[in-house]
Amino acid sequence: MKLKWTSYPYIVWMIIFIVIPLVLILFFSITSGDVFKIGEFQFTLDNFKRFMNPTYLKVLGRSINLALKSTLICFLLGYPMAMIISREKIKKRNAMILLFILPMWMNFLLRTYAWLTLLGRNGLINYIIKKLGFAPLSLIYNDKAILLGMIYNFLPFMVLPIYSILIKIDKSLIEAAEDLGASKLEVFTKIIFPLSIPGIVSGFTMVFMPAVSTFVITSLLGGGKYMLIGNLVEQQFLWSGDWNFGSAISIVMMIFILISMGIMTKFDGDRKGGGLW
Amino acid sequence: MVNKSLKKIYTTLIFLFLYAPIIILIIFSFNSSKSRGVWTGFTFKWYVELFKNEEVLTALYYTVLIAILSSLISTIIGTFAAIGIYNMNYLGKKIVLNLNYLPILNPDIVTAVSLMTLFRFANIEFGFLTMLLAHITFNIPYVILSILPKLKQLNRHLAEAAMDLGATPFYALRKVIIPEIMPGIVTGALIAFTLSIDDFVISFFTTGPQVTNLSITVYSMARRGINPVINALSTLMFLSVLGLLIIINKRTSKDMKSRGDLI
Amino acid sequence: MMKLKKIILILFTISIISLVFTGCKENRTVLNIYNWGDYIDPTVIEDFENEYGIKVNYSTFATNEDMYVKLKSGAGNYDIAFPSDYMIERMINEDMLYELDKNNIPNFKNIDERFTDLSFDPGNKYSVPYLWGTVGILYNKNVVKEKVNSWRILWDKKYKDEIIMLDSQRDSIGVALKKLGYSMNSRNIGELEKAKKELIRQKPLVYTYVIDEVKDLMVAEEADLAVVWSGDATAAIRDNKDLEYIIPKEGSNIWFDNIVIPKTSRNKKEAELFIDFMCRPDIAVRNTDYIGYSTANKEAIKKLPEDIKNSKVAYPSNEELDRCEIFKDPSDFITQYDIIWTEIKAEY
Repeated sequence: MKLKWTSYPYIVWMIIFIVIPLVLILFFSITSGDVFKIGEFQFTLDNFKRFMNPTYLKVLGRSINLALKSTLICFLLGYPMAMIISREKIKKRNAMILLFILPMWMNFLLRTYAWLTLLGRNGLINYIIKKLGFAPLSLIYNDKAILLGMIYNFLPFMVLPIYSILIKIDKSLIEAAEDLGASKLEVFTKIIFPLSIPGIVSGFTMVFMPAVSTFVITSLLGGGKYMLIGNLVEQQFLWSGDWNFGSAISIVMMIFILISMGIMTKFDGDRKGGGLW
Repeated sequence: MVNKSLKKIYTTLIFLFLYAPIIILIIFSFNSSKSRGVWTGFTFKWYVELFKNEEVLTALYYTVLIAILSSLISTIIGTFAAIGIYNMNYLGKKIVLNLNYLPILNPDIVTAVSLMTLFRFANIEFGFLTMLLAHITFNIPYVILSILPKLKQLNRHLAEAAMDLGATPFYALRKVIIPEIMPGIVTGALIAFTLSIDDFVISFFTTGPQVTNLSITVYSMARRGINPVINALSTLMFLSVLGLLIIINKRTSKDMKSRGDLI
Repeated sequence: MMKLKKIILILFTISIISLVFTGCKENRTVLNIYNWGDYIDPTVIEDFENEYGIKVNYSTFATNEDMYVKLKSGAGNYDIAFPSDYMIERMINEDMLYELDKNNIPNFKNIDERFTDLSFDPGNKYSVPYLWGTVGILYNKNVVKEKVNSWRILWDKKYKDEIIMLDSQRDSIGVALKKLGYSMNSRNIGELEKAKKELIRQKPLVYTYVIDEVKDLMVAEEADLAVVWSGDATAAIRDNKDLEYIIPKEGSNIWFDNIVIPKTSRNKKEAELFIDFMCRPDIAVRNTDYIGYSTANKEAIKKLPEDIKNSKVAYPSNEELDRCEIFKDPSDFITQYDIIWTEIKAEY
């Protein structure tokens, strides 16, 4: 069948809107000078050198640290949840998963905003604490608030892939193991958990990736005090106007993400195409 | 028994965690004072204010318009692209698919700034057009990924048989291939639509002063501080999402499709 | 499947119709105005639209630097902007502003001579004064019992998590420079480094860095002390009588926000019409009354309510004003300020 040509429009599109923009970013990251005056540039590695400054490396480290923490907590909270849901009867199971997806369909910013109203110094939680006679707590504008925002927003991304793997596990395997005298714990550690690893891997990537690059959660719940790598890029492009430095950070971030994706997929023997969805 | 009630408690806690903030937003959207902690009386005034708020209404208009246009265009381009990619040789397929993965794997913010750079470089005025182009760009890969599996299930000989019987390739495409992969196309279009409606990061970087979408409006309102109008907006959005999901669920449970398609 | 096809078709038609519809709607000239958040009486815009049949597209920025980057990147065709003194100087130097045709702005005569012909724009060739004010400390009298007269109090550990700083590089670095006894316009890298250290040392005490929200936060008593612009102080004090505003003894910043027409504008005539409108005494009174900042319009001052006219916050004594410096454009030094601010925000 000679239908290759139908993809040509997209290939052109891809070159213009995917390849060229990335080449531009790469170009900006290794040049200096006024980005808006074409022709007046010099090749340099200064942008990357500037990033090697401890201040910025700390930002990178902090982003990775927070993203890892949130991924781990999502996993610890999400795995049991996925197990519980996957063991329900099909009707209840579907209803529960639907309930899990529902908040995800609501606007991401509204969900984050919801915590703003809860955690604020005059928010509901502090109101209750004060009513109970305690001193109000500082719940917002710190890294714990950011972590909470990440977990809240990304928990479904952990539960769904694990769940969809768990329901596919062949029940007869478990029965066979039980027949052969395996304890519940053994069934879990020897059969269920190893089989669910592909789900865990895609859950990890789906939580880690948006968490490490977010700037929205930080800027809404961090009170301008906390800077993650995403905020740094945002700041350079929108507020400082230093596109060269911003591009260099973007390149670092991209390479980091692609490498960690590569490592993640190593854990997952046969990767199934669109594992993300 | 202990195990069972433990499970119940755990499930309840997790769902409470997921829903408590939303429910509180909804409750406080009817609160007559601006305060977030104290209930001072029932009112609809924030809803009235919401519908008088031109900023929000224009944003809503652009959000829906861009979602419809971008999902339509990306579905069309994506469908043809998927068919073409499926018919490529091994190497071509590999290259195109890997490039196709880039917008999915890249953090939103990198895609956003790279597109911003492109538009700036090409001297296109930031606004409706740039935002639409950006949305189409991040939508197409998802459309392709939801269509490709359906193409794999397709019987290769079907289209060939049609052509042997005298159908032109285009006729075969229209009458044989497209109907067969329709479920994939619909899923792709739905994904594109939701992604576009929900997008913030890429829109934030690629739009101009005249055009904003709901996410950007909510962001700037939220940064300005607590505003009960946002609560009213959240309530309405939550209810419409709930309604939409119930409808889709009814549709899909009729023919018992796999749940995975829903997301 | 048929149903779905139908739905898609209907959606498609709707979108095409609505596209055409918007195409028709925009026959009127559209004026893109770029202003500080909360810096105009919204009804003034409506009146302008109705009076001249021009549609106003209003968007806001939070700091001079944000505005500069947006204008410089050409991301929008703004017709009107409201930069401050040092930023106007910079924009003039970089040829980003149109020269104004004063014949189109007869109401310029209402502007107080004290605010025209200032060093950043001699002869007001490019800008028309709008509002002015100072930077100071807004605090809650009920909680902060001691006498507040120095920037030093913002470094007092007693007030951990009770201090709000401005999320604006010039202002925050300026505060630290003044606290150390330097000029707010320092071009000495050693002094700037010291200011950076001060701000990093202060960071654990800061509740949040904000701009426009500071009013709401202080009125709701979420924090005890805040660095604010004088107009925000006036507005906050109006809503919460326990608040008080002072200009610290080390001195502070006095600033002027003027109206300019950036070169991105495509409707210079209409933009000048707007500037003239803003200079009308009745309009200036409404803006001043709504926002709380100090007007540069001498005709408007006469018409202001007594309490605003006599407000020490909006119109400080000459002795206090003498302590204040005007920001100058740091020109090539701007990147230093920027890097320092990024590092302060990145550190904790």
